[in-house]
Amino acid sequence: MDIQLQEVDYHYAAGTPFERKALHHVSFTIPSGTYLAIIGHTGSGKSTILQHLNALLQPTNGQVRIGDRTISADKKEKNLKDVRRRVGIVFQFPEHQLFEETVEKDICYGPMNFGVSEAEAKQRAKQVIRQVGLSEDMLKKSPFDLSGGQMRRVAIAGVLAMEPEVIVLDEPTAGLDPRGRTEMMEMFATLHKERNLSTILVTHSMEDAALYADEMVIMHQGKVYQKGKPRELFSKREELFQLGLSVPEVVRFQHRFEEESGIKLGKTCLTTNELVEQLQTVYKRGEDQ
Amino acid sequence: MEKMVFGRYLPMDSLVHRLDSRAKLLFVFVYVAIVFLANNVVTYGVLALFTLLAIFLSKINLRFLIAGLKPVLWLIIFTFVLHIFLTKQGDLLWKAGWIEIYEGGLKQGAFISMRFLLLIFMTSLLTLTTSPISITDGLESLLKPFKKMKLPVHELALMMSISLRFIPTLMDETEKIMKAQMARGADFSSGPIKERIKAMIPLLIPLFVSAFKRAEDLATAMEARGYSGGEGRTKYRLLKWTAKDTAVLLVLVLLAFVLFYLRS
Repeated sequence: MDIQLQEVDYHYAAGTPFERKALHHVSFTIPSGTYLAIIGHTGSGKSTILQHLNALLQPTNGQVRIGDRTISADKKEKNLKDVRRRVGIVFQFPEHQLFEETVEKDICYGPMNFGVSEAEAKQRAKQVIRQVGLSEDMLKKSPFDLSGGQMRRVAIAGVLAMEPEVIVLDEPTAGLDPRGRTEMMEMFATLHKERNLSTILVTHSMEDAALYADEMVIMHQGKVYQKGKPRELFSKREELFQLGLSVPEVVRFQHRFEEESGIKLGKTCLTTNELVEQLQTVYKRGEDQ
Repeated sequence: MEKMVFGRYLPMDSLVHRLDSRAKLLFVFVYVAIVFLANNVVTYGVLALFTLLAIFLSKINLRFLIAGLKPVLWLIIFTFVLHIFLTKQGDLLWKAGWIEIYEGGLKQGAFISMRFLLLIFMTSLLTLTTSPISITDGLESLLKPFKKMKLPVHELALMMSISLRFIPTLMDETEKIMKAQMARGADFSSGPIKERIKAMIPLLIPLFVSAFKRAEDLATAMEARGYSGGEGRTKYRLLKWTAKDTAVLLVLVLLAFVLFYLRS
């Protein structure tokens, strides 16, 4: 399902002395099946964009097209359930949204809101609990007895159980330990491939953006600063620094290497593997001479 | 929720903003009593002028203040209508079937609505021009005499300042959880009342849970920083009573006399 933002403006508390402009003429398209990363400074409007993707917010100006629905400024939207089912959002610290007596009931809450039968929802719960890396006997526990990391997984399972076509992640790994982080990000990457989802990741981690995203949008003060492939955007190191952003560690290492050795590598490397390959070719060239 | 004016603070610089919070609290307290002195057109006129002057001095946009009245407007209209139909004094103005409208009812209705408006304007002005922290400081200082009567003034003030501090935080959290549940298909704004109340559960439980957690964290953090009750604490923010504050209260006393003289 394609999502398209056209000239979207959004003002918080429009028409009061507290009015604040959060988005300014934001336009971009997320074609079906893309893994898109949105990066930018705190307060650059990332989270505001994210809430437009399933019509939790309605633009002050411009329009958002989600599949065959168009959400525009002037129309009051009714019956958004279909949009919400197809676009699942995992908010920051999603563990705060748990409320049921058992993990199973909590996971079933989403699907059942969208009219899935109880039996089917329970079936899905069994499936997704394993997907997020927890065992099935967790289902009978109370979500409030779990550890922070487990609660996070349960909350994510609750969103996955809705079987969305687009999944939106707002810093899904904030506050997790390094291993939990990798596991979580790998899980989303697998899901993305297996189910042919569109994935939209809002993150501060340049590493995650470099590792997983096909496309990247850089936000700056409520505007789209640039959109492109991670490789291309991360090669503009100086520009990113000026926005107060950084580049992945690998890119920083490569830059340092190029500066000190005077040898240019063939391309901007985004992963350690790529970098190792490039360095090997350089090394071999040296041997041959 | 964004449009609500009640209880919010607008940081600006004006004569009213700079007044001591104790003076403003006393002022509102006395003003609320004084409003009940008014009972004819002249006295209500004087009060209205006085209130408008206060709003003007606070530099707060009148239109904004009126827009914030919307939630209370229904209450005002309701009492107005009740008075029109139920007060049967003075001359009969209009009669259709069992509906009778009397002159007295119209007058009473107008006066009571006016009283509501004046009270709401002045109390909103207090919260709009005084930061929550200085309101609590003011209250603590005003309540001090009651310490002798075993009233735990410090604890009350502490609870109040903590609650005030967390109102916006909790509001933000409510909104966040609401949105998260809406993204999972919750519907808070349509359907029959029974369904709507049931739909609140996924919002209320997480809110309570996080409030408990927050209270625990805050208590630990306070203890770790050496808090052990009100005994022997010094104050960081000191209230300063100036000539202006005395003047404001004198003006209020003057107003009370004028009203007393003019009322019928």
